[in-house]
Amino acid sequence: MPAITPEEVAHLAVLARLDLPAEHLARLRAELDIILESVATVSEVAADDIPPTSHPLPLTNVFRADVVQPSLTAEQALSAAPATESGRFRVPRILDDES
Amino acid sequence: MTHPTDPLMRWDDVLAGFDPVLGLEVHVELGTQTKMFCGCRTEFGAAPNTQTCPTCLALPGALPVVNAVAVESAVRLGLALNCSIASWCRFARKNYFYPDMPKNYQVSQYDEPIAYGGWLDVEVPTPDGPRIHRIEIERAHMEEDTGKSSHVGGETGRIQGAEYSLVDYNRAGIPLIEVVTKPIEGIGALAPELARAFVGELRALVVALGISDAHMHQGSLRCDVNLSLRRTRVDELGTRSETKNVNSLRSVARAVRYEMQRQGALLEAGGRVVQETRHWHEDTGVTTSGRSKEQAEDYRYFPEPDLVPVAPDAAWVEELRSALPEMPADRRRRLQADWGVSDLEMTAVLNADALAVIEATIADGADPAAARKWWMGELARLANERDVELGQLGIFPADVARVIALVEAGTLTDTMARAVVDGVLAGEGSPDDVVTGRGLQVVGDDVSLLAAIDEAVAANPDVVEKIRAGKVTAAGVIVGAVMKATRGQADAARVRELLMAKLGV
Ligand SMILES: [Zn+2]
Repeated sequence: MPAITPEEVAHLAVLARLDLPAEHLARLRAELDIILESVATVSEVAADDIPPTSHPLPLTNVFRADVVQPSLTAEQALSAAPATESGRFRVPRILDDES
Repeated sequence: MTHPTDPLMRWDDVLAGFDPVLGLEVHVELGTQTKMFCGCRTEFGAAPNTQTCPTCLALPGALPVVNAVAVESAVRLGLALNCSIASWCRFARKNYFYPDMPKNYQVSQYDEPIAYGGWLDVEVPTPDGPRIHRIEIERAHMEEDTGKSSHVGGETGRIQGAEYSLVDYNRAGIPLIEVVTKPIEGIGALAPELARAFVGELRALVVALGISDAHMHQGSLRCDVNLSLRRTRVDELGTRSETKNVNSLRSVARAVRYEMQRQGALLEAGGRVVQETRHWHEDTGVTTSGRSKEQAEDYRYFPEPDLVPVAPDAAWVEELRSALPEMPADRRRRLQADWGVSDLEMTAVLNADALAVIEATIADGADPAAARKWWMGELARLANERDVELGQLGIFPADVARVIALVEAGTLTDTMARAVVDGVLAGEGSPDDVVTGRGLQVVGDDVSLLAAIDEAVAANPDVVEKIRAGKVTAAGVIVGAVMKATRGQADAARVRELLMAKLGV
């Protein structure tokens, strides 16, 4: 049984804002399937007494003092923007027409 | 601005047929010097994109580091809300695409909030007097704010129909604490006032803790209202709407009432409530549909790999607990007892947002009754006239205390005291500066008064004769002349006394 369905791949593509043709989705599904199966071998080794790990280092409470550091200038901040206006990042329309 | 108007059900009919289920989410923007994960300033109103860096702009390779004061603030707010504090918790990425979020995910907390399971007692006015209602707190978690977009083209300032948008990332990454209530049920007609009371009490708490300025009009305290109706005799939950960014206490109550009437009318007509985000319009007092959540949200939360877990040390938490300030409700009760005022008067003080200024004025030596009289009377009138809050009027409690002291010492009459306040508000300096500058002072010393009386007596021999002959009312002419000579600053009663003594009447 495949680890990921075509519907799940299509859904993920929507969430990731990727406009993928059907044959591309099918190829991705097969590739993701292999990745998921490979990763799944970990669960064969990890028994119930091994808690899931999100961080490889045994560290907690890494904090920073609430002290101001220099920021970029507006020019620097905007320098890589495709479009700017009045010191702001200019972005395409956010909502589609029907909303 | 016009909006499509939804039919509304009569308020009494809503209450007769439905029970509201209310949920509140309040975002508190912390008053830290720097952002949640970087050292950028958090000043309100700075020029656009001047408070950003590679971290809060999500440039490649930049790494976040947690602001210690933000964590401390979250723990303190959690404790003040009677929550349990997690001994270990993580940040999580909430993934979605929106231009005001440069990373395309928001760093938040998912199933491991730093504080959970608390309560806050709030007081609601009812026809039978104030009633205490306990609001259960689901959780309080840490997250970061988004940037601010403005929309260009189409209807002014609205996202609908806009041609494009402009984004300022100064606000992106400012620390937020989101406080989420458990569903509040069985409250019927009290729902609007209860919602307002909760947000008001939370705001007072945040101010008492000193963790945020909690200015709703500047968005440093923002409320989302979740509301659904269920038919009174049917045991099934209705579908809820989520009304975003309701930004004043009055609007919180209005938005709850509006949604109850809108959903009531919709359900009564056989329609169904759509689970969606709605926008509150302050100007017209209506909500309109925003983006629909029909496709269940899929934020694909996962633990933030760039940040290590937060594990508040139990001893540190206890230290913070023992150092919590007096809670607002306790403070109100204490001050009401100290001042000896009725529930009604206290409510008036609270509604005028005058508690802090009156307290400070008294702390500066003023008599409680006089302090209340000034702030609730003349100063409230002026603030109202100028459409500003009492605290923003431009006169400090210490100034008011000084004016009160000058009146009590007999240096100023009430009329002069009002002129001094006018002077302070006009930027003429401290009360004493205004007294000197405008030459306002009761001419109190008898020596200068007697000189003025002597002059008036010499100038009006015929009047003096009449007084000596027993026509005491004629004294008004002499008193009037003295008042004129002293430009109205003499104490008329004292002038009369001295005149009578001089004439031996
Ligand atoms: Zn930054």
